[in-house]
Amino acid sequence: MSSVLYDAQGPRAKRRNIVFTAVFVVALGALLWWVFGTLKDKGQLEWALWEPFFSGTEAWSTYIWPGLENTLKAAALAVVIALPLGAVLGIARLSDHVWVRVPASVVVEFFRSIPVLVLMIFGLALFAEYTNVSSDDRPLYAVVTGLVLYNASVLAEIVRAGILALPKGQSEAAMAIGLRKGQVMRAILLPQAVTTMLPAIVSQLVVILKDTALGGAVLTFPELLASANTMSGYYGANVIASFTVVAVIYIALNFALTTFASWLERRLRRAKKSTGAVLKADDAGMRGTSATGTGGTL
Amino acid sequence: MFDFLKDYDLLGAFWTTVQLAVLSAVGSLIWGTALAAMRVGPVPLMRGFGTAYVNTVRNIPLTVIILFTSLGLNQTLGVSLGANDVETINFRLAVLGLILYTSSFVCEALRSGINTVPVGQAEAARAIGLSFGQVLSLVVLPQAFRSSVVPMANVLIALIKNTTVAAAIGVAESALLMKEMIENEAQLLLIAAIIAFGFVVLTLPTGLILGWVGKKVAVKR
Repeated sequence: MSSVLYDAQGPRAKRRNIVFTAVFVVALGALLWWVFGTLKDKGQLEWALWEPFFSGTEAWSTYIWPGLENTLKAAALAVVIALPLGAVLGIARLSDHVWVRVPASVVVEFFRSIPVLVLMIFGLALFAEYTNVSSDDRPLYAVVTGLVLYNASVLAEIVRAGILALPKGQSEAAMAIGLRKGQVMRAILLPQAVTTMLPAIVSQLVVILKDTALGGAVLTFPELLASANTMSGYYGANVIASFTVVAVIYIALNFALTTFASWLERRLRRAKKSTGAVLKADDAGMRGTSATGTGGTL
Repeated sequence: MFDFLKDYDLLGAFWTTVQLAVLSAVGSLIWGTALAAMRVGPVPLMRGFGTAYVNTVRNIPLTVIILFTSLGLNQTLGVSLGANDVETINFRLAVLGLILYTSSFVCEALRSGINTVPVGQAEAARAIGLSFGQVLSLVVLPQAFRSSVVPMANVLIALIKNTTVAAAIGVAESALLMKEMIENEAQLLLIAAIIAFGFVVLTLPTGLILGWVGKKVAVKR
């Protein structure tokens, strides 16, 4: 075991490691002891507060599942609408015509530099003012609108990066056999770029899923987080228990997506289905600096 | 057209946004660096803790974390972070939530910087007789920091945008002000444009400057 930072360990380093481990165990133990002590003092460890989740299905069928359904619905709608929009914007940014390229770039950069929450609040007011969407549906529309505007811009960058990652020879060869620009994009570049982009797109799903929670907290959209809130009111202020259960659901969903994305990335790298380098599947907001440097999605 | 603005403290709200961003950035840098050190260090238990922390926190929505600091930590467990009035408590809770969340991304950004340094660099440094401390301080870390400027810039920009989530627990920052203004004034498009402009002013220069710095200092391989 040798990394760039340290070498394989000798006896002294091994002894030092044991000391470090011991100190760390004590510190971690003290922290956990304090947490559980506080929880116990405040009566948050009472079985009555945790029982609804383990006995009977009421908590799940009345609160959690409907909330989760709304979360997934908003996320799915957002993806389905944002993907084609992002593809169009991304390809428009690569256009040879200035009058196509510049507006597309401005739109993408603008919507990437604005918080999703601001877009959602704007969407809510917009639907209230200019459309006759019923007030029950408005939060869902607003959440999806905010997510679409923001994520279409992010996906546009992913699409652009995916196409630019292909070797120049691909489009040159396509031109050489007499294909037109549109045909080059449709028949040669896009099919290959889709493969390289997949991991990054799956990672973006995690960001979308996490952002739906904003709708529950600020726009009265009845999704998973909001259901935790109403649930803790119903079961006698079991805030800690409700939030723990909801957090575990989010972690499970997103962890599955993240794992799938990195598996996909490894598999596609091996498969060599495309001539381009596979885009990284990090969801740590490390992309989108290629053009101007606005970016970062967490 | 603009005269309704004098009823609202627009600059104050954006000042709160900036304060949230700066305090959280400093805190995340410290805790994120500590996490990164654990994740790349030689002690297996610390590595495990760092990995578990990052994978857990990264997959919880920030909104859940910030709402939990208010409903869970403050109202259920009575954590007040040394403040007495509601406004200060909520502000500090929001900063705490932002730090806990953003640190996991700072950690990953630093780690990606360390990962860009080829093992051969350290091996070569050892081969010419440098000590462990010298290898780290003269060869490995300078290259790692230079490669992590761009990802760190991205995390900072995302953090600036994420400060709006503090509106969920009533911190008087720009998104909350926007909501309030839209409810009271019939100037939807103008209000949205003003708030959007404020964020563009905050994020675009940050991205451009740090992006340029990152490109300039990055090690060309």
